Amino acid sequence: MIIPLNKEAVEVKKEQDTIFLRNRIKECATKTGMGLVNQTKLITAASELARNMLRYAGGGNVLVETVSKGRENGVRLTFKDTGPGIPDIAMAMKDGYSTGKSLGLGLPGTKRLVSEFDIKSTPGTGTVITIIKWKNG
Amino acid sequence: MSNQSPDLAKTLRKKRNDILELWMKNQLADVSLREDLLTNEELRAQSEELLDVLLQNLNERNIAEVESADFEPVVEVLSGISISRAKQGFTPRETGLYIFSLKDALLTVVQQELKDDPAQLVTAVLTISKLVDSFGVTTFETFIKGREEVILRQTDEITEISTPVIQLWDNILALPIIGTLDSSRTQVVMENLLQQIVDTGSSIAILDISGVPAVDSLVAQHLIKTVSATRLMGAECIISGIRPEIAQTVVHLGIDLSNIVTKASLASALRYAFGMLQLDVKKTIREK
Ligand SMILES: Nc1ncnc2c1ncn2[C@@H]1O[C@H](COP(=O)(O)OP(=O)(O)OP(=O)(O)O)[C@@H](O)[C@H]1O
Ligand SMILES: [Mg+2]
Repeated sequence: MIIPLNKEAVEVKKEQDTIFLRNRIKECATKTGMGLVNQTKLITAASELARNMLRYAGGGNVLVETVSKGRENGVRLTFKDTGPGIPDIAMAMKDGYSTGKSLGLGLPGTKRLVSEFDIKSTPGTGTVITIIKWKNG
Repeated sequence: MSNQSPDLAKTLRKKRNDILELWMKNQLADVSLREDLLTNEELRAQSEELLDVLLQNLNERNIAEVESADFEPVVEVLSGISISRAKQGFTPRETGLYIFSLKDALLTVVQQELKDDPAQLVTAVLTISKLVDSFGVTTFETFIKGREEVILRQTDEITEISTPVIQLWDNILALPIIGTLDSSRTQVVMENLLQQIVDTGSSIAILDISGVPAVDSLVAQHLIKTVSATRLMGAECIISGIRPEIAQTVVHLGIDLSNIVTKASLASALRYAFGMLQLDVKKTIREK
């Protein structure tokens, strides 16, 4: 069972907000005692998802939580937007797929960078992506 | 008792000197007086200017209409004071109290003038309070604007100082990047670099990213673009300062940097550049 230890909501409405978000995440990750490599992976993943949210959904909210499961601690991030949603998730998760003429590495790359990855999206309603990085994950 | 209302604006104008003296007395008596930021003479000149512009533009009609366009000159002077105070380092509280201490002075004078007419006094007090409160709000708005200007200027300065192009050697330029590499910074970095390549005729540029906290797919794309642009100018671009955690992250993300020459440190990039230029760095052996 995953138990949240503390949480904080961060708004992402413009590019500069991602710097603030990254700093909050870094603070949380440091508190759990996460090493530099995993911290960097988590922050990079968050930066990808925040950028998607800004670019495709005009911004959204991120819930930053310190969580624990058994003896393992980690950071859970929930990215929530009320944008157009993703019609074909399987397609969006493929390397190189982009509707924005970009590299198309954000979503699949994020999944490779974190310990747990969950995506829910309803066209017309929005997208919720939850990721967890365990301290030793 | 007369039912004709006395001209409040005229009364205040008549009492101009009393108001100013009272206001100055209030301010100088305040323990939080900031003589370190503003001398008493400057404070007096500032207060006099504000009071005069207020009294000149005040009349019986607009005194109850805080939104009246007649007050534009007042708001202008007020904004100027507020912005200059923000820059001088006054706290918003101090600037707010400055305006509200004018209210005290105005009210004291009105109280003396209308002490025999309580009904008129109440109306006058309400009118003056409303007017000065609205000036108070104006000061806060401009105070924040003043601070924001300071922040914007600093942002510009940071962007500028954080992207210096250094000539390391004949033909070799180095560009240490510190901080987050977003789209606007990439633009500045790229322009600086390309210009310096033209100006110095250099053939090798080293982009050092030791000071970049994270490389996501966007930053990677910015780096790739900068390298391509450098190549178009006929120069080669090396990326150095790739820390171990960044290397692992980039690989997991799936970014392909194999077409770019990358080095772990600026020193190894320089060594590589010497190799390209067929330069040899040797220890001199002194003959005895
Ligand atoms: N929050 C979102 N709302 C709506 N669509 C999204 C969202 N996030 C991703 N998408 C869709 O999924 C596609 C794939 O996203 P992904 O991040 O993998 O690639 P990208 O953003 O196009 O390129 P890159 O991240 O490499 O710059 C996007 O092109 C977009 O169509
Ligand atoms: Mg993306």
